[in-house]
Amino acid sequence: MSVPADVRVRPRTARPSGPPGPRPRGSALTRLDVRLSPYLFVSPYFLLFLVFGLFPMGYTLWVALHDWELLGDQRFVGLENFRLVLTDPQFWNAVLNTLGMFVIATVPQLLFALVLANALDRRMRGRLVARLGVLAPMVTSIAAVAIVFGQLFSRDFGFVNWVLGWFGVDRLDWAAGRWSSWLAISAMVDWRWTGYNALIYLAAMQSIPRDLYEAAAIDGASRARRFWTITLPMLRPTIVFTAIVSTIGGFQLFTEPLLFGNGDMAGGSLRQFQTVTMYMFENAFRRFDYGYASAVSWMLFMLILVGSLLNFLWLRRVGGTR
Amino acid sequence: MRRSHRRLASRLAAAVTLALGAAACGGGGSGAGPDGTVTLTVDTFSTFGYEELFKRYEASHPGVRIKHRNVVQLDEYLPRLEQWIAAGSGAGDVVALEEGILSKFLAKPDRFVNLLDHGAASLKDGFLDWKWKQALSQDGRYLVGLGTDIGGLAMCYRTDLFAKAGLPTDREKVGGLWPTWDAYIATGRRYADKVKDSRFVDGSVNLYNTILAQQASQTAGHTFFDPSGRLVAGANPAVRGAWDTTVRIQQNGLSAGLKSFEPSWGSGFKKASFATVACPSWMLGVIKENAGAEASGKWDVAPIPGGAGSRGGSFLAVPRQSRHAAEAAALVRFLTSAESQIVAFRARNNLPSSPRALDDPAVLSFRNGYFNDAPVGEIYAKGAKAIRPLYLGPDNNPVQQRFEDALLALEQSRLSPDAAWRKALADAEREAR
Repeated sequence: MSVPADVRVRPRTARPSGPPGPRPRGSALTRLDVRLSPYLFVSPYFLLFLVFGLFPMGYTLWVALHDWELLGDQRFVGLENFRLVLTDPQFWNAVLNTLGMFVIATVPQLLFALVLANALDRRMRGRLVARLGVLAPMVTSIAAVAIVFGQLFSRDFGFVNWVLGWFGVDRLDWAAGRWSSWLAISAMVDWRWTGYNALIYLAAMQSIPRDLYEAAAIDGASRARRFWTITLPMLRPTIVFTAIVSTIGGFQLFTEPLLFGNGDMAGGSLRQFQTVTMYMFENAFRRFDYGYASAVSWMLFMLILVGSLLNFLWLRRVGGTR
Repeated sequence: MRRSHRRLASRLAAAVTLALGAAACGGGGSGAGPDGTVTLTVDTFSTFGYEELFKRYEASHPGVRIKHRNVVQLDEYLPRLEQWIAAGSGAGDVVALEEGILSKFLAKPDRFVNLLDHGAASLKDGFLDWKWKQALSQDGRYLVGLGTDIGGLAMCYRTDLFAKAGLPTDREKVGGLWPTWDAYIATGRRYADKVKDSRFVDGSVNLYNTILAQQASQTAGHTFFDPSGRLVAGANPAVRGAWDTTVRIQQNGLSAGLKSFEPSWGSGFKKASFATVACPSWMLGVIKENAGAEASGKWDVAPIPGGAGSRGGSFLAVPRQSRHAAEAAALVRFLTSAESQIVAFRARNNLPSSPRALDDPAVLSFRNGYFNDAPVGEIYAKGAKAIRPLYLGPDNNPVQQRFEDALLALEQSRLSPDAAWRKALADAEREAR
């Protein structure tokens, strides 16, 4: 190997050019230790990410480029699967459902979490119990939640229809309609995740210096005014964080709609509540069309990227640029 | 942003890994124990009525232990089974194959042990001829499975609701009410005039599947796919005829709109929401399980409108991946023998596919206490030999589900009958692609 000429301009002191002289035995190991150890310490995460994160993603892309049937042969088809996905009405129906449920689940959820956190931030009796209480839905098994909600919203003997009956509303077939099924599933999602987001907001609220509030109070600012002009701006990074995490969660919505439809991977008689993840699953494990399912999952990945980015930019704009 | 990006990537990747990994791993877990005993895993769905037989087999074969895994819903069992078979691991040593999946597996028979290699050839006369041929490859050299039961048809009805509607409750007279489906609809209208808080029939899904199997076996001999595997859903008159009958029943307001095997269907049994259910023989066990002890003696069994037919019915096979093929094949022979079929019939009313079992007094004279002491042996076994075979294509199950979806959408008043029919056909094309 020849050394390029311009190497000479480097300061030579940094690396001795000659072979190292005799040193005490431990020294080489010590040097190695100092150089390598940090990498070794952080490596488990990266190795795991490589094995369980990067490799499957790459492999999924590889599968997506094939006509890959479970019981059949594998044939390279290039971008054909992606072309089919992009022109597949069932896929876009799933995207619409996912976005729809994301919006009607996430927006009220984050707003309500904010109100809840604000309430929990005040001095009150039994504050610890109340704070722990909002976490209770989180530790409930998601399958149990879905089963209970499925019964609440059942057509013939459901609790919700029973209550609505008091007000003269006819029995509603919640699973049959697009909006009604979205509402029922969103109720499930919100019940589970509002407390979690409220706790995150609460933690962030408590890191806001109290003297800001005191100063504002002395200046005569009302409670609402303090919330709008102090709490909310100070919470902005946290709101961005929760919005992005909710975006990812919302785009991957799977268990709730699946169990709401009693395990029907098609998500209702007209696919009215089939999400993209369910559609991916249907193609992989019902139709056994792995290539197509992989293409769907890559499209989902792209959607989440775009969605998170839009969310991030929008919240940044709304919060004002600083 | 970087942080969340990484989270996102790892989350998504984890989901993908999960999905891909699910194909590779399963729960096979059978092998020889330290003392030389062999554990055979048996995979079934719904109700096979084998509990007693397993005990007997273990008692007479001290070296064999049987592990039974059952999945209630066929729609859940089938994809799981397909995954196991394709991945080459995870399946039990003996697996139940429903007739709808058979033609798919017959296209790749080498995934299963050829039972002809295990002395099954001599058993041919132990099965109805068409049942034997269903699991046999075209050239007759490969036998994938041995038959368990067939799905002879009847109509189950609730005597208390019939009495309330002023209809006869005696099963002979009830059968006389409906020699045809038109007469069945007329009876339903009489029922609907009198009884307002329940409907005449459970729902379109169970009804359609039953009528289709019946009409198709009486006419073309196939349903959505012809024997060459081509999708003929739009051209087969039986598919359309069964559809029209079902839609007529629904449009007359006779249906409770419940999808069979869903929890709401189960609570419909408990709350007596409907008065009749088309019941292939294997359905009796399902009804008993759903309706529970409090409905004992309230259900009865009458002949089905429209004549003989068979819906459903299964086979037992040994996947190639089994490490105890010989032992598993011996268990299959035992479970599908005429004697065992009789035991299964008496336990769960799964109608035997063995002519000898069908003629056996233990079957013919069998009465079911739960169903008001109905002579179910006589009702089902009598017409069983007249049943004509029915060919179901490789993608039968997904196509059938799309027809069910369209009927449900119709029942939910989301689609007109014409739109539902067009949708069913279009979605069927998509599944068969």
